[in-house]
Amino acid sequence: MTTITEAPRAQFRLSMLLYDTRYRSGTIQIIALFGFVLMAGWLISNTMNNLAALGKPIDFGFFAEPASYDINQRLLDYNSRDTHLRAAFIGLLNTLVVAVLGCITATVLGVLIGVLRLSKNWLVARLMTIYVELFRNVPVLLWIVFTMAILIESLPQPRDFIGDAPTAFMGLFNSIAATNQGTWLPEVLFSRSLGNLHLFGEARLRFDVSLDLVAILVALGIGIFGARIVSRRAERIQSETGVRPKTGIINFLIIALPVLVVLVALGFYLDGPHLTTRKLKPIEGGTLIRNSLIALWLALSLYTAAFIAEIVRAGIMAISHGQTEAAAALGIRPGRIMRLVILPQALRVIIPPLISNYLNLTKNSSLAIAVGYMDITGTLGGITLNQTGRELECILLLMLVYLSISLSISAVMNWYNESVKLRER
Amino acid sequence: MKKSVYFGVLTVASLAAGAAAAGTLDDVKARGKLNCGVTTGLVGFAAPDANGVWEGFDVALCRAVAAAVLGDGNSVEFVPTTGKTRFTALASGEIDMLARNTTWTFSRDVDLKFEFVGVNYYDGQGFMVPKELGVTSAKDLDGATVCIQTGTTTELNLADFFRANNISYEPVPIETNAEAQQQYLAGACDVYTTDASGLAATRATFEKPGDHILLPEIISKEPLAPLVRHGDSEWADVVRWTLNALISAEEYGITKANAEEMSKGSDNPEINRILGSEGTLGEMLGLDNAWAKRAIMVGGNYGEIFDANIGESTPIALSRGLNAQWTKGGLLYSPPFR
Amino acid sequence: MSNTHADTVAFVRDTMLPQQEPPPSSVGAVGWARANLFSGWFNTILTFVSILVIGFVLYEILSWVFSPTWNAGSLRECREILSAGGEATRGACWGVIRERWIQLLFGFYPADLYWRPILAFILLGVALAPVLFADKVPSQLIWFSAIYPFLFPWLLWGGTIWGPLSALAGFVIGYFVFKALSEVTSTLIGIIAAVVAALLWWLVLSGYVVDALNSILPIGIQAVESRNFGGFMLSITIGVVAIACSLPLGIVLALGRQSDLMIVKYICVGFIEFVRGVPLITLLFVASVLLNLFLPPGTTFDIILRVLIMVTLFASAYMAEVIRGGLAALPKGQYEGADSLGLNYWQAQRLVIMPQALKISIPGIVSTFIGVFKDTTLVSIIGLLDPLGLSNAIRADSNWNGVVWELYGFIAAMFFIFCFSMSRYSMYLERKLRTGHR
Repeated sequence: MTTITEAPRAQFRLSMLLYDTRYRSGTIQIIALFGFVLMAGWLISNTMNNLAALGKPIDFGFFAEPASYDINQRLLDYNSRDTHLRAAFIGLLNTLVVAVLGCITATVLGVLIGVLRLSKNWLVARLMTIYVELFRNVPVLLWIVFTMAILIESLPQPRDFIGDAPTAFMGLFNSIAATNQGTWLPEVLFSRSLGNLHLFGEARLRFDVSLDLVAILVALGIGIFGARIVSRRAERIQSETGVRPKTGIINFLIIALPVLVVLVALGFYLDGPHLTTRKLKPIEGGTLIRNSLIALWLALSLYTAAFIAEIVRAGIMAISHGQTEAAAALGIRPGRIMRLVILPQALRVIIPPLISNYLNLTKNSSLAIAVGYMDITGTLGGITLNQTGRELECILLLMLVYLSISLSISAVMNWYNESVKLRER
Repeated sequence: MKKSVYFGVLTVASLAAGAAAAGTLDDVKARGKLNCGVTTGLVGFAAPDANGVWEGFDVALCRAVAAAVLGDGNSVEFVPTTGKTRFTALASGEIDMLARNTTWTFSRDVDLKFEFVGVNYYDGQGFMVPKELGVTSAKDLDGATVCIQTGTTTELNLADFFRANNISYEPVPIETNAEAQQQYLAGACDVYTTDASGLAATRATFEKPGDHILLPEIISKEPLAPLVRHGDSEWADVVRWTLNALISAEEYGITKANAEEMSKGSDNPEINRILGSEGTLGEMLGLDNAWAKRAIMVGGNYGEIFDANIGESTPIALSRGLNAQWTKGGLLYSPPFR
Repeated sequence: MSNTHADTVAFVRDTMLPQQEPPPSSVGAVGWARANLFSGWFNTILTFVSILVIGFVLYEILSWVFSPTWNAGSLRECREILSAGGEATRGACWGVIRERWIQLLFGFYPADLYWRPILAFILLGVALAPVLFADKVPSQLIWFSAIYPFLFPWLLWGGTIWGPLSALAGFVIGYFVFKALSEVTSTLIGIIAAVVAALLWWLVLSGYVVDALNSILPIGIQAVESRNFGGFMLSITIGVVAIACSLPLGIVLALGRQSDLMIVKYICVGFIEFVRGVPLITLLFVASVLLNLFLPPGTTFDIILRVLIMVTLFASAYMAEVIRGGLAALPKGQYEGADSLGLNYWQAQRLVIMPQALKISIPGIVSTFIGVFKDTTLVSIIGLLDPLGLSNAIRADSNWNGVVWELYGFIAAMFFIFCFSMSRYSMYLERKLRTGHR
């Protein structure tokens, strides 16, 4: 026994590193690793030398200094005396806002258009084909710039809403004003607000959490938890007796009631935008969604929707026609066939490419600077970089942020993908 | 020192290594071309025409330097830069000088390690508003929506001004002047703020310029200056004195038309020294004695360049204002050529 | 009234009746419209809404497009022409396109050398023909395709002919070193030695050789600096170069990602996921402000080359995923078949796997190309004068200050024509390949 195991060891020669398949893979890997480390070391040492020559060693200290610039569209409180770090954070939130809004709208539009492209109505199907081809074949940057220009040129100025003979009017019972600066929506206010919780004592890093929002989310959470209990019970009864008790209305009430109670308790009300007589700021109050956000959101959604439409169409076409016929033979109406039979199956084909389109949308949101929307590229990779001259730090951090966003999106979506995957028995 | 770097199939002669060691002046002479950073396009200051020939106020300075060093005002490669890329382009040696209406500030001079060689245009940040708003002072702008170009000092000045006066505003950051103009005209912003020269230039191209006024307040000092890398004084001297030569030429009445004739000698020794018929100023710079004459003969003296590109006869119609000679109440004051 | 037919039937038809015409409402234009446009109330509403939308859009666009401003020399003249025509200022100002269309296509490329990029792009079609229309062209053309990567940069950038020839020589040297060494020792040593030899040639020797040859035999065409590239020529150049260079890189990355070698695999996965995880604009920022920092002090090369490098890296990550898809689509039997023939890894890849995987991947490669081509508009953000960047520069001309839609419309139309035709082609290819497989 011992002689057998020891025999090859005794015969080890250096050439075996190359010829023996047992060792060769190790050799290749070590060479690859060596090359990689060498390359990385070379790049880093170059960078260090260059930075030293420029007199700009890597230093993240500038993050604690005042940013000195203003940001118009923001979720959190911010002013020009706040730090670069906070400005970057505001930018990050803006990126996330437009990415989330964009993904939702793009999905809704994309599914709609994808289904309509398969419509029996010749005109509608052709129209949707034109839409898809038009949007897919022109760069997204052009669409963003286009959309912004259209919003600017076609909507009325805020000044047009006031004066003796206003030429523009607010919509929806005087609660919405669409102007070429942005759209004013009613503001959500609470007459018995709980106020904010101040995290971090230091003013520079302040991070306020609205307790009202927390209360609503808690209520919603409780509601959803309750609804799940009811659904579980219904499932149990169904598996025991074969009859599923109706849960729709109960579930709705269980989810809606706690939220409603909290809203009433907090004194929830909407305060719409009001017209004034001033020419400079004719509309006050309300929440302003700036056109830069709307243009970016619209353009990204419309552009990505064209791709999603193609994915949805391919997904639907991938489902064998027999499924449609079988469903039709059961007497299900066309709309329901789509909803109950085709779409659930098509989703499995659709989800993976959908993930990459969400990723693309998020990455494309970095084009926000073209319309002046202050996302993370506009703040950290834009003004902060310009004002501080810290290119390396800013750009590396910017890449890191995008990388983490991308990786988390793909992680979440992969997990979802895993959970809807066809389980073969 | 010359080495060739091959990137796959592309053959690229890399520029001389160690710019500081060799000296930018020698580099430029060896290359036969001046690499000059300009904007990607700003009315009157730098823009390519239909044939791709760059024109404008900043461009004229690049051409003058090229003529002084290389003898030909066309031996310039214009490198369009953005607010973000301009300083890196200069620091990395991609361009030899930057003439891109850049404000001379302490931190750019000291912290970013550049050398500003003199001011070629004294500017200040102003505001333009539509007449119908009835605003007469920047202090009345409470609640205004203001268009600003990002990546410039105007952004910071604006924040400081409104904060200091305790009035509110909404900034609308914009990448280019053209976009700002579009937004302002459509009323998407109430106010447009940038350098006063830019405002005037922009207003001049409006369909109805009379409907818009420039507010009297100038909220910042914006000395726009050409700059070079820190630590290469010979090269900085060449650019600095070319600019000074253009300014002095106007003061002494040397023009594009009469420079040739005046260089044969005149009664004024200063003119003679500038044009090289007396003294050896050119050699001290590492050039020949006709350097300033050539620089002047490309686009004329400072005044001629101003009039041709942004002056009152052009659509931009800027008046000289602060940029008049010191003898006429302006700030242009060239040190003596002696 | 009888219940039994047999005896009471008075008449039995013994010939078939001629087929009746279908009702007029179901044939011809009316029938088609009923079936395709007005089947049911919902479709009818959709049809009418669509007609309204089409009518509105067409009216708005056409009334703007047909505007007699082709000869105007500035925006002011346009406005005069339009206001003389009666309708205020509604209407396009096409003078800017007349004056600048060549610039939008070629940038600042010297006017007398326009034939070079045009020839380069025509020859690109010829070089691609053996790949794209393999059944319709003589197979000898593949030799031209092999030379083309060296011809293309020479035509565009010009300069001495020895440059591209020495670049080609690097590959030849590498090949011979590989040939010689792999017979004597192992393939692995051969590959490593070949790469080292080629790099040595490119980075060290060829510079002197080119200089020497050039001084002896100065054959060449006028050199054009890449700074003069602009407009659509720049976009296409970036797109073509990036895709061409990213193809080999992508193959290597895809193989690396599929490989059993853990370290190689993780390096490849890390690179691919990193590049795919960040937006192109950040990579372009790296190209414009950071890349010089990563290289030895003093090395600078111009911004277009830096952009080409970053876009190539960007494209190669996407290319790797496309090729990985092609590899995954290949039946496992192909791998096992190659193994059973006793082919080693590289032989199997070269002779069996890659030819099939690449063929399947062509539609994906074309759509990656379309994506990269569209993304080249981003270079305008870092100050390069691609069509979009040029449109800003054109608007900085005081004659055209304020022109927006005409320029964007022209650029969008050009992009649409390019991308649409390519995507149609890719669809055709996909159909062709699919039938080939079943």
